[in-house]
Amino acid sequence: MELREIHDIEISLLLEAIFRRYGHDFRHYAMASMERRIRHGMERLHCRSVTELMGRILHEPATFQDLLDSFSITITEMFRDPAVYAFLRSDVIPYLATYPFIKVWHAGCASGEEVYSLAIVLQEQGILERTTIYATDFNEAALERAREGIYSIARLADYSRNYHLSGGRTTLADYYCADDNSVIMAKSLKDRITFARHNLASDQVFGEMHLIICRNVMIYFDRTLQDRVFSLFDDSLIGSGFLCLGTKESLSFSPLAGKYRELDRHLKVYRKSRD
Amino acid sequence: MLTGYDIIVFGSSAGGYSALAEVLPQLPVDLPQAVVVAQHLHPGSGEYMVEYLSRRCRMPVREPEDKEPVLPGVIAVAAAQYHLLIERDRTFAFSVDDKVNFSRPSIDVLFESVAAVYGPRAVGVVLTGANADGAAGLRAIKAAGGLAVVQDPASAETPFMPRSALAATAVDHVLDLAGIARLLG
Repeated sequence: MELREIHDIEISLLLEAIFRRYGHDFRHYAMASMERRIRHGMERLHCRSVTELMGRILHEPATFQDLLDSFSITITEMFRDPAVYAFLRSDVIPYLATYPFIKVWHAGCASGEEVYSLAIVLQEQGILERTTIYATDFNEAALERAREGIYSIARLADYSRNYHLSGGRTTLADYYCADDNSVIMAKSLKDRITFARHNLASDQVFGEMHLIICRNVMIYFDRTLQDRVFSLFDDSLIGSGFLCLGTKESLSFSPLAGKYRELDRHLKVYRKSRD
Repeated sequence: MLTGYDIIVFGSSAGGYSALAEVLPQLPVDLPQAVVVAQHLHPGSGEYMVEYLSRRCRMPVREPEDKEPVLPGVIAVAAAQYHLLIERDRTFAFSVDDKVNFSRPSIDVLFESVAAVYGPRAVGVVLTGANADGAAGLRAIKAAGGLAVVQDPASAETPFMPRSALAATAVDHVLDLAGIARLLG
């Protein structure tokens, strides 16, 4: 047996061990990135083999938590891909505005920068008051950061530029309080956001949503898990609801593709058929 | 034209646009290998790289999407802000994990995934650039039995990246851009 095949066995045993010991299911994650993350974990924790890492994971919950955080740290920013927010303003929110109450699910919200960005857009388009945003992630530590809504001031110039590119109407400074090193997002935004733990790999349907935003999460999943999550989204979305994916993600390989119309090929905003 | 290889991956940074514009247009449309390019990009550069190369290349140039198969006959370009990787089933994958060598896309991330998937059937090419990204990736390709090609630093607009790759690996070919084009085309 080649080394490569032995390595594959070790990886799949590690993921099985994590699932059975802690209930976190990474067995259907896309492997190329997963293997990089495992390799980093091994380096950081000074493990010479995946098997050694597995032994520690099984017996040391703190070590698992450390690895879990490194598995779920994805990089985001406020108004990432400003054109997407501009499109939501011009082509999606006018439809949402026709409903008396609006429910939005931001799945995989990580540290929350994009959730607050969305809340700002909804506020400026006049519908935040009748909208509830459900922002979910499987990682409690990331959710806690999102709940706090405190971000480093170092990146604010970029965020502010993105905000204006997204069609921002005033100034980003209207939506936070700053001190020397950080900003805290406005309570008026937080009041409309419900943060909750939800794992796309194992948890169930999430209510009747008008808009689901899930960007740069699906790229981490294999085809099987992507299909599961797409059908979860489909079940959670009302007829004529909107789905917004990351710019490199696509519904086109999914069995559900026929039920959705692509509103913008580059921005990956879809609209479900009326049922 | 090389035989015995399924993929050619290019990594470039500062000076890369013009270097790629010299090599890629000389590749024949019936090249048997898939061609994938990781050029360091400004975050806001959009698909400019695709337009720039499309105007010059005979082969179609595009940014792939998640889960698309890696096929010959197309020049696939890594998108700004995403790492590009290749999965075992030879489809494209993406991540927004931390930058590697201050870069996303990172050449090392692409090359290391290519080494793991293609082993001896991969060709890695490191071109001009001002950081050490690509050195570890090229070493991985070489260690897996693949072919390592580096632009001659003396001919590179910015020689640091080729030099770093040469320091990290016993490289098979050190050539100027015309030489690289002849070797691959």
